[in-house]
Amino acid sequence: MIVNLIDFLKERLQAVKVCCYIGIAVILVWSVVGVDTHHAHTWLEKHLPGFWSIFGILACVVLIYFARWFGKSGIMTREDYYDN
Amino acid sequence: MTTSFIHPALILMIGAVILPFIKEPFRKLYLCSVPILTFLDVIYLSWHPGVHGVVTFMGDWTLTFGRVDSLSMVFGFIMALMAIIGTVYGLHVKDNLQHIAAWFYVSGSLGAIYCGDYLVLFLFWEMMAFASTFLVWFNKEDGALAAGYRYLLVHTFGGVVLLLGFVLRYQATGDLSFVQMDEQHTQLYTWLIMAGLMLNAAVPPLHSWLPDAYSKATVTGAVFMCAFTTKTAIYTLARAFAGFDILIVLGVVMAIYGIIYAMMENDIRKLLGWEIVSQVGYMVTGVGIGTALAINGACAHAFAHILYKGLLFMAAGSIIHATGKSKFTELGGLYKKMPSTLFFMVIGGVSVSAFPFFSGFVSKSMIISAGFEEHLLLAGFLLSLVSVGTFLVAGLRLPYLIFFGENRCSEETWAKAEDPPWNMHLAMAAAAFLCFFIGTYTPFLYNMLPYTDATYHPYGGYHLSETLQILAFTALAFVFLKDKLGAKATISLDLDWFYRMGGRGFLWLAQYPIQWVDTAWGTAYRVVGLYSLMTTARFWSWFDWHAIDGVVDGSARCIRAIGRRVTIVLQRGQIQQTIYISVTFAALILISYVWL
Repeated sequence: MIVNLIDFLKERLQAVKVCCYIGIAVILVWSVVGVDTHHAHTWLEKHLPGFWSIFGILACVVLIYFARWFGKSGIMTREDYYDN
Repeated sequence: MTTSFIHPALILMIGAVILPFIKEPFRKLYLCSVPILTFLDVIYLSWHPGVHGVVTFMGDWTLTFGRVDSLSMVFGFIMALMAIIGTVYGLHVKDNLQHIAAWFYVSGSLGAIYCGDYLVLFLFWEMMAFASTFLVWFNKEDGALAAGYRYLLVHTFGGVVLLLGFVLRYQATGDLSFVQMDEQHTQLYTWLIMAGLMLNAAVPPLHSWLPDAYSKATVTGAVFMCAFTTKTAIYTLARAFAGFDILIVLGVVMAIYGIIYAMMENDIRKLLGWEIVSQVGYMVTGVGIGTALAINGACAHAFAHILYKGLLFMAAGSIIHATGKSKFTELGGLYKKMPSTLFFMVIGGVSVSAFPFFSGFVSKSMIISAGFEEHLLLAGFLLSLVSVGTFLVAGLRLPYLIFFGENRCSEETWAKAEDPPWNMHLAMAAAAFLCFFIGTYTPFLYNMLPYTDATYHPYGGYHLSETLQILAFTALAFVFLKDKLGAKATISLDLDWFYRMGGRGFLWLAQYPIQWVDTAWGTAYRVVGLYSLMTTARFWSWFDWHAIDGVVDGSARCIRAIGRRVTIVLQRGQIQQTIYISVTFAALILISYVWL
């Protein structure tokens, strides 16, 4: 059942993508228009529309590139490093 | 009440001792009923809060085995529940020793949770460390033996630091009770005890043992290990160090550190281990904030974490159980072969990523909210950043690299891949249901939390919008950047480098410099020492022969010569002459005696 569902979605990848983009857009629009931000903790959250969307994207970029840089600086090494 | 107190750990321990005598067809039933009985005992205890099991030991020490209060209840409940799930997951394991080790390990955890003083805590603390080491050693994989030794050594070190701490405290205050420490008047022993407890919570720089050992444990052993050690440590920190500011800093560092390493990791269980470090970072931060909401959050997150992390480890274990492979570079595209494992892993992934209606959503946000409420803005934002990383790693990278994307399986791996046996399914289904249940019906968890006055409502519009935005845009970023998080056949160097290479350095030191000194000393001894000794001996031998023996022999020869002369002169063989000489001699002596 699960396999069939995944294969079904994979065959219609373009439609799935469009649905996801619509979903993301709906979330963003609702967050900007429909959510009361008066109880948010910080000034930025109250006054920057879609603050957490921007935060999410930036956080991903920062984390992924930092991890890559950190790994390549010598932390990631060959698998038999500790073998004699 | 004391008379009807049966310690839950005791049930498991007795159960473990009897287990080898139980034969099929009763064995599976027995395996299930012992942890269920323990769980019922924990429920029974939660109806009777108070202090039970107080024993006088060696005259003036009182040991408290059963302190049942709101903090120990919630931890006892989830530990006993996880013991059932873990045992069901391992029901197919024929080796009794593995079950015995796991049960003793859980007993250690329950004992530490219900204890009231440091002596009992230490007893159960060490029991946990030793029993869990066997869960690593029972794995026959290469490197498991060494990883087990490293795990044991690190935990023995932690145990000694804890022992040192509470003995110093006893010397200073005469008090062994395990209670909240005073942050205003910290002593050396405060920090020692804290370090001992933090080692078990895998707080950097004392964390490297966790991914190292958990990735080498047996499939079922890792499911137990991921639940008990760190969360018991969180309980002890919440008990003794609530509100210590340093824990906020360490917790946030830990959360970031863990997630960065998880992003680089190639081994499934090591990745999950790093994510434990990261998630336990939230709890340590919660304990450090120390307000009612934060402590509730730490407890709730520990509770939720045990279930979803157990679920993730169970799903990862299913993959290893079926294929024998644990690296992303040897897996991929498996959704066709293991669809239900995929389903459970995704449930675990969305729970840890705090999707609405799943457990992480109602627990993790309590800690972040508590941080913002205390105006710890940096901590709040950094923990939100780690939430993004958590979804990237456990919600997206993990399922993607195992079940979708490029198929990196060998033919043999692909042929072996299949969904696990019924008992593993059952355990995963139970954990998955609980992840969903906790996230949906919040009073179940919230009513168990220690501070009843701190209320929290996760399903507000703002929190929902915040979470959905973060999740949606993280997923979007992943679609574009997923190649940067691909599978690479590498390991990541960590602080365990110091003791692994330090150990090797010691071995080198022993093999080369120390061995050289030893050899040189041997040679020097042979050349100088032995030669001079021999020379001296030879001299004394010569001296003995010529001087001492010369004197002795000379006197002997002299006497012999005199004797011979006397014989020749006096004893000529004529009896009259001999009598004459003898009598004369006797007369001379007699006269001398009389006259003198």
